[in-house]
Amino acid sequence: MTFDYEKYIRPGKLPHIWCPGCGHGIVMKGLIRAIDKCGLQKNRTAIVSGIGCASRLPGYVDFNTVHTAHGRAAAFATGMKMADPDMTVICTGGDGDGVAIGGNHFIHACRRNIDLTYVIMNNHIYGMTGGQFSPCTPTDAFASTTPYGNPDPIFDISKLAIGAGATFVARTTAYHATQIDKLITEGIKHKGMAVIEVLDCCPTSYGRRNKFRSVVEMMKQHKDIAVPVTAAAKMSEEQLAGKILTGVLHKENKPEYCEQYAKLINKVQNPTSK
Amino acid sequence: MGTPRIEIIEKYCKGCNICVEFCPKHVLKMDGFVAKVDKPEACIQCMQCELRCPDFAIKVYPA
Ligand SMILES: Cc1ncc(C[n+]2csc(CCOP(=O)(O)OP(=O)(O)O)c2C)c(N)n1
Ligand code: SF4
Ligand code: SF4
Ligand code: SF4
Repeated sequence: MTFDYEKYIRPGKLPHIWCPGCGHGIVMKGLIRAIDKCGLQKNRTAIVSGIGCASRLPGYVDFNTVHTAHGRAAAFATGMKMADPDMTVICTGGDGDGVAIGGNHFIHACRRNIDLTYVIMNNHIYGMTGGQFSPCTPTDAFASTTPYGNPDPIFDISKLAIGAGATFVARTTAYHATQIDKLITEGIKHKGMAVIEVLDCCPTSYGRRNKFRSVVEMMKQHKDIAVPVTAAAKMSEEQLAGKILTGVLHKENKPEYCEQYAKLINKVQNPTSK
Repeated sequence: MGTPRIEIIEKYCKGCNICVEFCPKHVLKMDGFVAKVDKPEACIQCMQCELRCPDFAIKVYPA
């Protein structure tokens, strides 16, 4: 079915500023479809970002939106959710924003299991500032600051989120467009911290330096290395070498932070009642 | 299945080639830096192009 994205885009905002082939537009469309599927009200939905190309997303969409300081999306979102727990609060941003400068806020939002949905666009690089390496730049890959290849191991964002305590963690890629809205929808419906990692493409600052001739080649690589978690269960370690798992990687039910906080307030204000 | 109407919004299209490359039926082609509908009659209305275009530049209206 033809999808009416314009319904959710601020008038006059297209074309967006992202480069030709930048995957952030594909993720933005997936997010819009997910919000539509969930039937969220525009004025009861907040989208919060930090800084970076990915973090430009809230500027285009017609909801309550906040473009905050670099790495601080989770911190602002936590405050907003605490002030208005019935509001749907969604964070969007890049790997640099989310797990480099913002890594601390990110892990503590996961630890608290606060009811946010965090869509993290992992394009393996600091796109906006000219392709410096991020904690998600693969080992041996080239960035403007790793001209001889990257000596660092990477953060696996999904594993980081699970380890830190997020109760819904899923991964997909910009190639798998329909899975983007499916997983974000599940994340929004989940009560607690939901992290959806989307492996994304930055043809300008990452692709060119790493010998990808086009964004299509980058997307084909994601297609080739993605293995659904369900299929991975039947595969050997050798078969899984170099692959990345996609789908819902982790889901559990645990007390949610705003609810726990409300209970505490109630207990302190009404010491005699149970 | 009839021939759908495929609209390319030229002022949004950045010529990334994603829709052309991933269309299973080679319905689209590049014309300089903009995508163009070449063989609409071959379209199977799978919506892959509309889903993947990063620039909101392509719409498929099923027949
Ligand atoms: C405090 C601070 N430090 C550094 C910067 C410069 N800066 C702007 S965007 C960015 C990186 C963004 O990378 P990422 O979040 O991965 O998003 P992308 O641009 O790749 O989408 C940096 C380092 C800044 N704006 N503020
Ligand atoms: S520099 Fe990279 S991340 Fe930024 S808009 Fe261009 S392709 Fe996208
Ligand atoms: S709907 Fe499918 S077959 Fe038709 S043009 Fe788009 S990608 Fe090609
Ligand atoms: S995917 Fe969109 S922006 Fe890219 S060539 Fe096709 S219509 Fe143009």
